[in-house]
Amino acid sequence: MPNTRIKVPATAKAGEAVPIRAIIQHPMENGYRVTSQGSPVPVDIVTDFVCTYDGNEVFRVKLEPGISANPYFEFYLTATKSGPVEFWWRDQHGEETTASAHLEVT
Amino acid sequence: MRLFAPLIAIAAAFGAATVLGETTPPAAISGYDFLTPENQALQDDEFANPGMLWVETGARLWGESCASCHAEGSMAGVAARYPQWDERLGRVINLEQRINNERQTRLGLEPLVYESEELLGLTAFISNQSRGMPIDVKIDGPAAGSFARGRDFFYARRGQLNLSCANCHEQHVGDHLRAETISQGQTNGFPIYRALWQEMGSTHRMFAWCNVAVRAEPYELGSQEYVDLELFQRWRSTGLTIETPAIRR
Amino acid sequence: MTETRDIPELTRRGVLAGLGGTLLLAAMPVPVRADQPLVEEAIRTLFLDKPRAEGKITLTLPPLAETGNNVPIKVVVDSPMDGPQRPKRAVILAVLNPRAVVGEMIWGPGAAKAEFSTNMRLSGTQDVIVIAELADGTLWQTQTRVTVTVGACDTLSIRY
Repeated sequence: MPNTRIKVPATAKAGEAVPIRAIIQHPMENGYRVTSQGSPVPVDIVTDFVCTYDGNEVFRVKLEPGISANPYFEFYLTATKSGPVEFWWRDQHGEETTASAHLEVT
Repeated sequence: MRLFAPLIAIAAAFGAATVLGETTPPAAISGYDFLTPENQALQDDEFANPGMLWVETGARLWGESCASCHAEGSMAGVAARYPQWDERLGRVINLEQRINNERQTRLGLEPLVYESEELLGLTAFISNQSRGMPIDVKIDGPAAGSFARGRDFFYARRGQLNLSCANCHEQHVGDHLRAETISQGQTNGFPIYRALWQEMGSTHRMFAWCNVAVRAEPYELGSQEYVDLELFQRWRSTGLTIETPAIRR
Repeated sequence: MTETRDIPELTRRGVLAGLGGTLLLAAMPVPVRADQPLVEEAIRTLFLDKPRAEGKITLTLPPLAETGNNVPIKVVVDSPMDGPQRPKRAVILAVLNPRAVVGEMIWGPGAAKAEFSTNMRLSGTQDVIVIAELADGTLWQTQTRVTVTVGACDTLSIRY
């Protein structure tokens, strides 16, 4: 499973817009690079990213090779009740990576 | 005939400056100052800095093996002293070699390969513990020979383009290579997340890259030539602080 | 008999007609569209032929990107999150990249703001287009030019 880092604040007030940040370590090989011998390096990218919280999808991304290596996203969710914020990535081979952090809502 | 006297005087002054420069390096400017504001912000951002992914890998590996002897936070200031003379091995070694040596002798583990995720992670983690601390390498005593060789490497022309490190990184700092501004080539941020590679790279990878860029045969990563050069380079960075993990172009 | 080319005659009538045509073109509103045919095709695949209006999106991109590998982009859609005008999704397109679509970002019911930041790749100096679709189906678009410099290091394709 590739390395991931997520940043969810520890606490938030109900109704607050909470900034969420997530990054996954992945080369996002765009398929246009060539080795020194001239053979092309095949495409290898993360294709999907979804963040869910309190039974709702917060943010979903369909990634293309145009997203930089080690894809990083920052977005906002509405704090409703205490619970886990779930992160899910899937690459082109179907391999899934997950992470989660707890958000305490007061 | 009349021209020779002033020319010899200039050459002598230049030669003297090179020798006299041994005691104090010229004022060091970090690669950070040559970055665009966006990249500077990225380096300062503790979360979004992609290099931190490797620091985390290193932290995890540290917890698995090194923490059995070394206390938490005990590596503060260590990276700032490397490369340094190692009494047991009888030569100057860099941080990567120290890590591998410790793993082999204390834990009986296989040495990690250069540019592997593990070695980059550990080097990044240990260097990150010294972030903000000034570089402090010793170039006297038993390290003097290594330092002299490193200095000679820096000033020697090489490769098809017949350029020395100093030609660009000392004589043409601030000038442009296409749209890129030439920096001093300091090593205070290594291992760096290089935008060109889109991944983490060590000092020796950078040296090898630069050598191939002037169409010279690169030395092996971990070779004594590069360790000597690394020692000279770190001395050149005197006055700068460790910036690992740095973002560079 | 000497051969003569068929030269269109520059009559007064012709000049006036030409001038009139140019003025007419200048008076027409310039349609909001991408420059390259591939980008047009990509947009048509995603949004069919629905009309796109300029506005509502604040696109933050650096004016100058040193390598095109890591260009930070921030998109903010200025539309109320409650009601039929809630932003649903945004698509980033790079006009001159080998693949026009860079990413599609969808805001779910849990999203607090129609805003996101990410890093993208640009193959050279070009326009970046962001098209946002609101819940009621209307499309909004904005476009910014990013200058991507070519450094000496980027031109070398070497094994290290």
